[in-house]
Amino acid sequence: MSPRPGFVLDVDSSTPPTLFWHGERFSLEKLPEGSRVIYAPEPMDPLADPQAAIRHALTHPEGDQEPLPALLVPGMRLTIAFDDISLPLPPMERPDIRQLVIEQVLDFAAEAGVDDVELIVALALHRRMTEPELRHAVGDRVYDAFAPNGLLTQHDAEDPDNLVHLGVTDHGEDVEINRRAAESDLLVYVNINLVAMDGGHKSVATGLASYKSLRHHHNPATMRKSKSFMDQHKSELHTANWRMGRLIRDAGVKVFQIETTLNTDTFPDAFKFLQKREWEWKARDRLAFLGASKALDRVPARYARQLFHSVKAPHRMTSVQAGEVEAVHAVTTASVWQQQGVVVEGQTDILTMGLPYISPYNVNSILNPILVACLGLGYFFNLYRNKPLVREGGVLIMTHPTPWEFNPVHHPSYIDFFEQVLSQTTDANIMSEQYEHGFATDPWYIHLYRTGHAYHGVHPFYMWYWCAHALEHLGAVIIVGGDPKAVHRLGFRAASTMADALEMARDVVGPSPTLTHLHAPPILMADVQ
Amino acid sequence: MSAPRESSRTLRSRRAVRTDAALGDDAAAPRRLRPSALASRVARSTFPLAAPTWPGSVPRPAPEPELGVHYDTAWSRKYPVRLARAMVLDNVTRPLARVVAQPQLRGEEYLADLEAPVIFAANHASHIDTPLLLACLPLAFRHRTVVAAAADYFFDRRWKADTFSFLLGAIPIERTKVNRRSADLAAELLADDWNLVIFPEGGRSPDGWAQQFRGGAAYLASRTGRPVVPVHLDGTRHILPKGGGTVKRTRTNVTFGTPLWPAEGEDARRFGERIEAAVATLANESTTDWWTARKLAARGETPPLQGPDVAPWRRAWALTPAPDRTPAIDAEGNDWPRTAG
Repeated sequence: MSPRPGFVLDVDSSTPPTLFWHGERFSLEKLPEGSRVIYAPEPMDPLADPQAAIRHALTHPEGDQEPLPALLVPGMRLTIAFDDISLPLPPMERPDIRQLVIEQVLDFAAEAGVDDVELIVALALHRRMTEPELRHAVGDRVYDAFAPNGLLTQHDAEDPDNLVHLGVTDHGEDVEINRRAAESDLLVYVNINLVAMDGGHKSVATGLASYKSLRHHHNPATMRKSKSFMDQHKSELHTANWRMGRLIRDAGVKVFQIETTLNTDTFPDAFKFLQKREWEWKARDRLAFLGASKALDRVPARYARQLFHSVKAPHRMTSVQAGEVEAVHAVTTASVWQQQGVVVEGQTDILTMGLPYISPYNVNSILNPILVACLGLGYFFNLYRNKPLVREGGVLIMTHPTPWEFNPVHHPSYIDFFEQVLSQTTDANIMSEQYEHGFATDPWYIHLYRTGHAYHGVHPFYMWYWCAHALEHLGAVIIVGGDPKAVHRLGFRAASTMADALEMARDVVGPSPTLTHLHAPPILMADVQ
Repeated sequence: MSAPRESSRTLRSRRAVRTDAALGDDAAAPRRLRPSALASRVARSTFPLAAPTWPGSVPRPAPEPELGVHYDTAWSRKYPVRLARAMVLDNVTRPLARVVAQPQLRGEEYLADLEAPVIFAANHASHIDTPLLLACLPLAFRHRTVVAAAADYFFDRRWKADTFSFLLGAIPIERTKVNRRSADLAAELLADDWNLVIFPEGGRSPDGWAQQFRGGAAYLASRTGRPVVPVHLDGTRHILPKGGGTVKRTRTNVTFGTPLWPAEGEDARRFGERIEAAVATLANESTTDWWTARKLAARGETPPLQGPDVAPWRRAWALTPAPDRTPAIDAEGNDWPRTAG
């Protein structure tokens, strides 16, 4: 049976309560009659033979690009860059797609007699990955062959010796990327395209760039003009990256882009109820929900967090394409939309969403209040094409415990940002002008980023900038079940229950509002008509 | 700091005392739900304790066919279920078979060096056939064998499907029409090293004579390249005939034949005829002896399994063993009328 497409449910009196994520917990909420619930499409059938599909993609490239074996010659410098821990979400079961692809690229390189090969984690300003995380991503075979010899490195956006300035775009944007990548005869970039935002020129122009380069598009003005991040043609973030990517290409950097897409099979069997429609829950699903809910309510948050971060998603590859960056990305984007797109008629006054335990920036870590804001306003809010799901001046209601809690190893600058910046202002422009430079150039944060596992000092600013479009668009943001102090620090309103939140929202949007619930994850993207 | 803690403890204990006193002795005792209260609470439970209601705006899909040939028997081949089935087979079915059917086994030696998986093709006269045959299989085959069972009979109700999947390792086979799902399932299981018991007649004999063999066993053997072991079950009809309601204790013969392999280029129809002929030879052997049966088979004179093509009473007559009509002769040499003394 072919997978069912996405679905918009009209809630009536016989609709069972709807599942809401609440961090590491869940709840069932009875939504008012007349509300809508958007459900993701069911997982597409994966590729029957991923290895054969990868081989075919490498030997039959898209666009104006030769097959990979023809690009590999003895004596050349080959660099393979790949996405970091932020993709996919949750991390996938072994073997990771990156491993499958990189192994085949290396097989071709070995056959061609290429000796000078290096692997680089394209982590931009994200934290460095740990050895187990790297082993999970590239597999033990690749790790053991390259890491001990220093040939598997992590991009360092603060290492002046290993960065090269390739030029300035016609918009005055500096393009500075990893020297090894830029000076290689061939740069192979291996992507996992979880959402339509990923990949394209953004891979190299962001993943391998320096702070000097990134600041040109990771700023409030660009983010506000990205409507949305999932729609490349209406995203200023992507437009800037495309300008930079073309400059990189014109500067002589030869990029062989490999992009892969996943289906939405997000949770293992024990949590399959999370990706089912509630009225289709069988006894087993209800039992699993009750068991998980009761157990999670009783264990301390850190154990619940550990449990969830140990979950590996049974994602499977639905497509793989390689070749010239823009041609590849066009095919990839179509594939992502085919899996995740849901047509939704019209906007809503109130948009509700349950926020899960994970975002791209807290894998094996804590979803601190800034990341809660970014996940809701930066990511989930932007899961649309054409128009936002919620009308301008509407209300966004999110459910999440929003604890005043940070991981000091991964997010040291977040702590100071929360205490020193958010306590003064929630205005992204003021932050950018008054505080960003100090955090970005702070030697201690730079030291932690370069030698430890810390996100760059400027990263919390970027998280707040991701929210800029939503903050400008919305009339109010309410968090249900969050720590009131942390919620107020974010500039949002706190509610104890969904009923309270709806009552508060009515004060903003009027007495008879329309309501839509985004039933994600699994990830879906709303094509708002 | 200690004073407020103390006062709060005092308040709690006072409240507890008052509550107990107010409710009386019965209420102070541990609460037990009366059965009616429990039933009432169960009846009032809502989602997710109870099944979800169906939204009015969502059309209900046609119920998925989960029975018949669509019944999923994968659970019955999982290790814990196999273990439980093996325990039932060895500790219940086999002793019962020994008592009720008293089987006389022949031809077991043909299976000694045979590698699994194989297809056991037997004649079919009684519901006893399947448990008897399973009970008689050598250990090398007994606990990794599935039984092709009629989807319309054994899998038409959930309880029947569950019961026979568990007890016999039954898999649903469509017997009224060609069904790819049935054939694919059987072939997959053979490929997965499961042995298969199949009754090529497609059902129990209505009158004691076998029915025409169908091509299922031959087709599966040709498709998978596995051998067919012909089996003849004699006497089971007397234990529980088709339509019979009570079980009678009787001696039975279970005869295994030499394994048959599909020959190069042999189509399933021809191979099916060979299987049927082999079972007919075994049937003949159970009423004569091996050498006689072989000689008749070599001459092509083995009595057909389907019996004589005559009136029903004569077919039934032919199945009934002829009584001993040798006249009893008295001391004076008279057979009738008998005289005393």
